[in-house]
Amino acid sequence: MLLPVSRVVTRVAACRGSFLFRGFSSESSSESVKYTLPETSFKTYKCDPPPLEIEVKKNEALDMYKDMVLMRRMETTADNLYKMKLIRGFCHLCTGQEAVPVGMEAACTRDDAIITAYRCHGYTLMRGATVHQIFAELMGRSTGISYGKGGSMHMFAKSFYGGNGIVGAQVPVGAGIAFTQKYLGVKNATFIIYGDGAANQGQVFEAFNMAALWELPAIFVCENNFFGMGTSAARSSANPNYYTRGEYVPGIRVNGMDVLAVKHSCAWAKEWTFSGKGPMVMEMVTYRYGGHSMSDPGTTYRTREEVQHMRSTNDPITGLRTKILEWGFATENDLKQYEKEARAIVDEAAEKAKNDPYPKESELWTDIYVRGTEPDSIRGRECEEIGTVHKS
Amino acid sequence: MQTSRLYSLIFRNFTKTYYKPKFGNLNIHKNYFHATRATNEADKTAPPAEGFMTEVAQSKFVKNTREEALNNPELEETNVAQGETKKMNMFQAINDAMRIALDTDDTAVIFGEDVAFGGVFRCTMGLTEMFGKDRVFNTPLTEQGIAGFGIGMAAMGHTAIAEIQFADYIFPAFDQIVNEAAKYRYRSGGIFDVGGLTVRSPCSAVGHGGHYHSQTPEGYFTHTPGLKIVMPRSPIQAKGLLLASIRDRNPVIFFEPKILYRSAVEQVPIDDYELPLSKAEILKTGKDVTIVGYGSQIYILEKAIQIAEKNIPGLSCELIDLRTILPWDVDMVAKSVNKTGRLVISHEAPQTSGFSAEISASIMERCFLRLEAPIQRVCGWDTPFPLVFEKFYVPDAIRCFDAIKEVVEY
Ligand SMILES: Cc1ncc(C[n+]2csc(CCOP(=O)(O)OP(=O)(O)O)c2C)c(N)n1
Ligand SMILES: [Mg+2]
Repeated sequence: MLLPVSRVVTRVAACRGSFLFRGFSSESSSESVKYTLPETSFKTYKCDPPPLEIEVKKNEALDMYKDMVLMRRMETTADNLYKMKLIRGFCHLCTGQEAVPVGMEAACTRDDAIITAYRCHGYTLMRGATVHQIFAELMGRSTGISYGKGGSMHMFAKSFYGGNGIVGAQVPVGAGIAFTQKYLGVKNATFIIYGDGAANQGQVFEAFNMAALWELPAIFVCENNFFGMGTSAARSSANPNYYTRGEYVPGIRVNGMDVLAVKHSCAWAKEWTFSGKGPMVMEMVTYRYGGHSMSDPGTTYRTREEVQHMRSTNDPITGLRTKILEWGFATENDLKQYEKEARAIVDEAAEKAKNDPYPKESELWTDIYVRGTEPDSIRGRECEEIGTVHKS
Repeated sequence: MQTSRLYSLIFRNFTKTYYKPKFGNLNIHKNYFHATRATNEADKTAPPAEGFMTEVAQSKFVKNTREEALNNPELEETNVAQGETKKMNMFQAINDAMRIALDTDDTAVIFGEDVAFGGVFRCTMGLTEMFGKDRVFNTPLTEQGIAGFGIGMAAMGHTAIAEIQFADYIFPAFDQIVNEAAKYRYRSGGIFDVGGLTVRSPCSAVGHGGHYHSQTPEGYFTHTPGLKIVMPRSPIQAKGLLLASIRDRNPVIFFEPKILYRSAVEQVPIDDYELPLSKAEILKTGKDVTIVGYGSQIYILEKAIQIAEKNIPGLSCELIDLRTILPWDVDMVAKSVNKTGRLVISHEAPQTSGFSAEISASIMERCFLRLEAPIQRVCGWDTPFPLVFEKFYVPDAIRCFDAIKEVVEY
């Protein structure tokens, strides 16, 4: 088990696109502003809300901006690559939801753990994988995160336990990770992300119970984007106030379209569990602009106007952009420059991934068992046969 | 940013449509199972990635005319023998079967994730409009719940037709199916049973589904006495076998190879008919090698036989479609092997503990002295289902041909 994990770590550490990118802004700056979040940012259940007054540092705001811009660019390009048939299979984009992974990462250290469902490209990027690795995985290339064996739903990085395609399965897994953190006595938490549709899987409630019973540093995060495929939250959930669904676990509803509110509330939730109060259920109210996956246009169960309205009034990138300009953290030109750089990084990554080789046939049987313990033959036939069959 | 506007937009959704369902009050019940307006609209959009299969288009087993369709001894005994046929692909044939099931049985209902919208593969398209929101309805995302809920209904003697969106997602429902559904009759000494339960689920590879949209999990269920497992190969088969499965008084899992939904098209009898469960079908007679498969693998085997018969002069292969995997038609296979002396079995699921192991062992017991060569199994590799290697993972025609050659030259 240790083997594949450490391997991924080295590969991730070798080339960190998003972090190279972060370097662009690293001119001096301890400048910061004091800002009061709108009162509607939070709504809590069985706990007092976090204070609304926050301090926003210039570098931090610019980094979050760049990350969101890069993420959106990456997803837009993935969309194009899919349409060009360079990406096959199932592909779930997070366009519109960028504030959640970006804000959460800003509140985390690399020793905090994150685990999510299949809409995972954004989290994977934030946890340190490069755009190139993500594209390579999507296109089934050997330079991908799992050498192209998984594709869209199967992405991992250090302290990022995936990318999980079975809806709800990641939630008790996250509780186990949180338990281990507690067992080790480290001051870290686990963010366990699931959707409004997934919230109805029994496993989620089983995990709530374990986490509360053993006071685990587990932060359950329901990304409520109002739909589980074509089914609206109101039609799938008897109680669509997801932040109250832990019953005996306190909760908070957060404006998940505001990256500052996300960051601030995630940091607050970490403090909550560190102070020995056990788990927390967060509901990030967000919105996906695209369809559920590439085969869903996303407009049969909601109106185009609704999507357009969300884009024009609540976009997380535009929201932060306005504030950055208002606070004088950067000029319009600076921001345009970032956007250009993001485009360049993404284009280069796509080009590179397109030219990368497919994995060797031998990858078919690696990582099933720990190296050295695998059976001598698979399917009762010799491995050498593959070469011949493949060519024929 | 104007958070208040976000919230007003957001809560507009909630406050408009949300209220607590109170079961027992029929009107509220009907409102609760809310259907979409857009089923037909949805159909115009790009099809989901279920893939295409050239082997089906070229298959001799596909019935392209009414005469071919009705020239079938199993249909002779039914009331469709003189009737009309209509061109349907497999999802339409399945849809037609469910329409007839709901039409002929007032207790029958259909439920699953997004089925009221037609389902991911459009199998339930238009049925909500036809039968109402209280007979064709969406469930929350809860496979264990779906299976258990269906079992409860069936225990009351009703007909429950549940859809699990992909066979890969049936595992959360595994306990309910294996421990509750399969054993209900036995455990209660026959006081209760869940004969009215049918679980439909799309299975098998399409070429780019990856780990969780490609598996064929029949082998996990064939280990369970009390269940029936069926997998059709074509629209005509799908309609007749699904109607039989729904009406069969045992819990049935009906796996639908999703690559066939659009790529298999036949002239399908429009009336109500059933095809027999637990009865295999000889698709091609032959004297030298018996070849057994089911579902979409039939077309791969057809192609492998063509290659083999072309390359090995004088060779003649017999192809059997098992159709029902549990309880399976061991007599028909044994009879064939007693004639040919050779057996090749193929399925997409991994080889180890796959259903081919069961067939192989049973035939060895029955036909030991007649076997001329070791029984060959051509299956998926014993690995997970890797996105990038899918074409390579599946037991393609070349690998099947290789096995035929092996038994012939042994
Ligand atoms: C166990 C299981 N059942 C069904 C599916 C198919 N499926 C994939 S995503 C999805 C909807 C999930 O919606 P939600 O949890 O709200 O997440 P979102 O897509 O909105 O991010 C469904 C039904 C699955 N992947 N796993
Ligand atoms: Mg959702």
